[in-house]
Amino acid sequence: MSDLLEKLMNCVELGKINKVSSFPPSLKGQDGADELCKMALEEGIKPQVILNEALIPGMSKIGEKFSQGRAFVPEMLISAKAMTAAMKHLKPFFTSGEIKRKGTFVIGTVFGDLHDIGKNIVAMTIEGSGWEVIDLGVDVKPEKFVETIEKYPDCVVGLSALLTTTMANMEVIVKEIKNKYPDKLILVGGAPLSQEFCNKIGASFYSPDPQGAVEFLKKVAA
Amino acid sequence: MRFNTLSIKKSNDLIFGYSPKPVTTRRGLIIGGGIVYPELNFTLPTMSINDSTLTNITNQYKEIVNGALERALQLEAPGLIFEFETLLEMTQNPQIAIGLVKVMNDVCEEYYVKHGLKSEIRLTPNDLREFERPPKQRTSELLDLMIEVFEGGLNAGGDLLSIESTGGKEVSDDALMNCNIKQLIFALSVLGVRDMKMLWRKMVDICLKKGKIPAGDTACGFGNTAMVLAEKKYIPKVFAAVVRIVTVVRTLVCIEEGAVGPDKDCGYEGVYLKAITGIPISMEGKTSACAHLSPVGNIAGACADLWSNESVQNIKLLSGMAPTAYYEQLEYDTRLMNEAIKEGSASILNLQRLMVNSDIYHDPQALVLAPDVVIQVAGEIVKGKNYIDASIRGALKGLDIIEEAVNSDKLKLEDREVIWIDSLRSEIETIPTDESKFVEETIAEIGTTKFIPAEYGL
Repeated sequence: MSDLLEKLMNCVELGKINKVSSFPPSLKGQDGADELCKMALEEGIKPQVILNEALIPGMSKIGEKFSQGRAFVPEMLISAKAMTAAMKHLKPFFTSGEIKRKGTFVIGTVFGDLHDIGKNIVAMTIEGSGWEVIDLGVDVKPEKFVETIEKYPDCVVGLSALLTTTMANMEVIVKEIKNKYPDKLILVGGAPLSQEFCNKIGASFYSPDPQGAVEFLKKVAA
Repeated sequence: MRFNTLSIKKSNDLIFGYSPKPVTTRRGLIIGGGIVYPELNFTLPTMSINDSTLTNITNQYKEIVNGALERALQLEAPGLIFEFETLLEMTQNPQIAIGLVKVMNDVCEEYYVKHGLKSEIRLTPNDLREFERPPKQRTSELLDLMIEVFEGGLNAGGDLLSIESTGGKEVSDDALMNCNIKQLIFALSVLGVRDMKMLWRKMVDICLKKGKIPAGDTACGFGNTAMVLAEKKYIPKVFAAVVRIVTVVRTLVCIEEGAVGPDKDCGYEGVYLKAITGIPISMEGKTSACAHLSPVGNIAGACADLWSNESVQNIKLLSGMAPTAYYEQLEYDTRLMNEAIKEGSASILNLQRLMVNSDIYHDPQALVLAPDVVIQVAGEIVKGKNYIDASIRGALKGLDIIEEAVNSDKLKLEDREVIWIDSLRSEIETIPTDESKFVEETIAEIGTTKFIPAEYGL
């Protein structure tokens, strides 16, 4: 890997957004993800290489630290911001089709449930692993999921619930999706859930943490 | 701010079972008057709430109350409180909530008449307004449904009224995830405070008209969200401890507006409210592990007047249904506290010391609940010239105390936690105490897509 890509990867991992950003203090005054990504393109490094060898690995590193309990969510968020700062330079290449994401992940908290902190963490982690994330928000009804799947037929779906009374709504959503798309992969998560519940409602995968979801999607994309 | 001195000035007077302003319920429970009572909270097992399940649901609630009261008789208990926290569908359809209160109260009355066993229902409707994003705190029609539940539920036999109000939560959720202390203080000390004033004025009026008890609020959606995130290692414990202190200022407003206690169980800020205002409080700790983990299982009981289990699903355990089993645990917890009370002040302080010392230096969130720390931090809070200033003072004092405990090697924190002490302090010191200036700065930073200023009177 070139020095430039390595620096860029480090900036994403450590959350160094641009030259003026004060975080992390150890990189104060140095170029951040914004400047380094621009430089990499100017040096003729292919956008797909920048994405695959610097940005995604940078996010993966912070994601691993997070799953091992060595990083906090705000550190992940600032890494995500650094990645976004770099990604703005790659946007035209996504539009032209020169670079592609690993897939599309549609996520939402089930109807009747407003909890979104866990859902947001999962969305952010998956986005950082190279997937396009369509976040439908909270209190999402079955028809909204079905409607979104129509737009993104190859997507993987993620459902979140935090309450014992709203877990039951997951089953309703899974049924409606499976009626129309029997093979659709549906990932479920949330504090009161279990593998047993996942099996019972016919979902494809249960993960107790965001990293488990990323690992599952890695296998899907492989 | 109405309170500018402490009601309880010495940590030795901040104890379980006694509060300077006890509250007497209609069936004669004196909360904060020398007996700690259990407060049982419960919820349904995994199931949908609709017309076809309503009979089943009604039977479950009736059986829960019956089961606990029967066990209370067997254990010769002095009394208990049932907390009925409505679920979403119950507040959306007030007649469901009201009907359930009536069913449960009928059982309470039966045991009171037949056996003299005193029990009451604390009615805690959920705050529906957070279902709209951004929420319309003042103009939403959902507020009308909540008021219908307040009024109808009290008429149906609820004696204590509480809520976990959510004003400012639309800003605080992101602030918690980002550990943005400035936005968090804005959410609680500006938006939360303003919403509490509006909501509690209404709630107190309703209670006064009906001769019921406006009990209190809890910043559960803020402080306990932070605690759970810290337990999962998503955010630093130091941050969660500071959030807990900042919640005090927000929840204090319900007492300024006329709430008299007992403050609600999941508001760990209750211990501060007791020190500042003298009202009795409900607390939860080790016996609420059925609902969530916490690092404050013993210390939370140090100043409790009611002792709660937070919530347990109505499922079958080996001994019986879970709410009955959890009631029994609460009863034995409180029996121990009440025995200490019978023995007198030395025993109270001995038991309290064990509760405190067994938790205090395991986590900064426990440290800030220790009675002597509460007195110090609450003393700073009441010096505040306004709610923002009070939050800043409390948070900075809390950080000083945490830092001192780390430096003296009593509190062991990972390095990645310790760096947050300075970082939070620096951020807090930049917050303007003038509300208009703070509002202007925050809107410039986060815009007005998340919250509607007019809904907070801004």
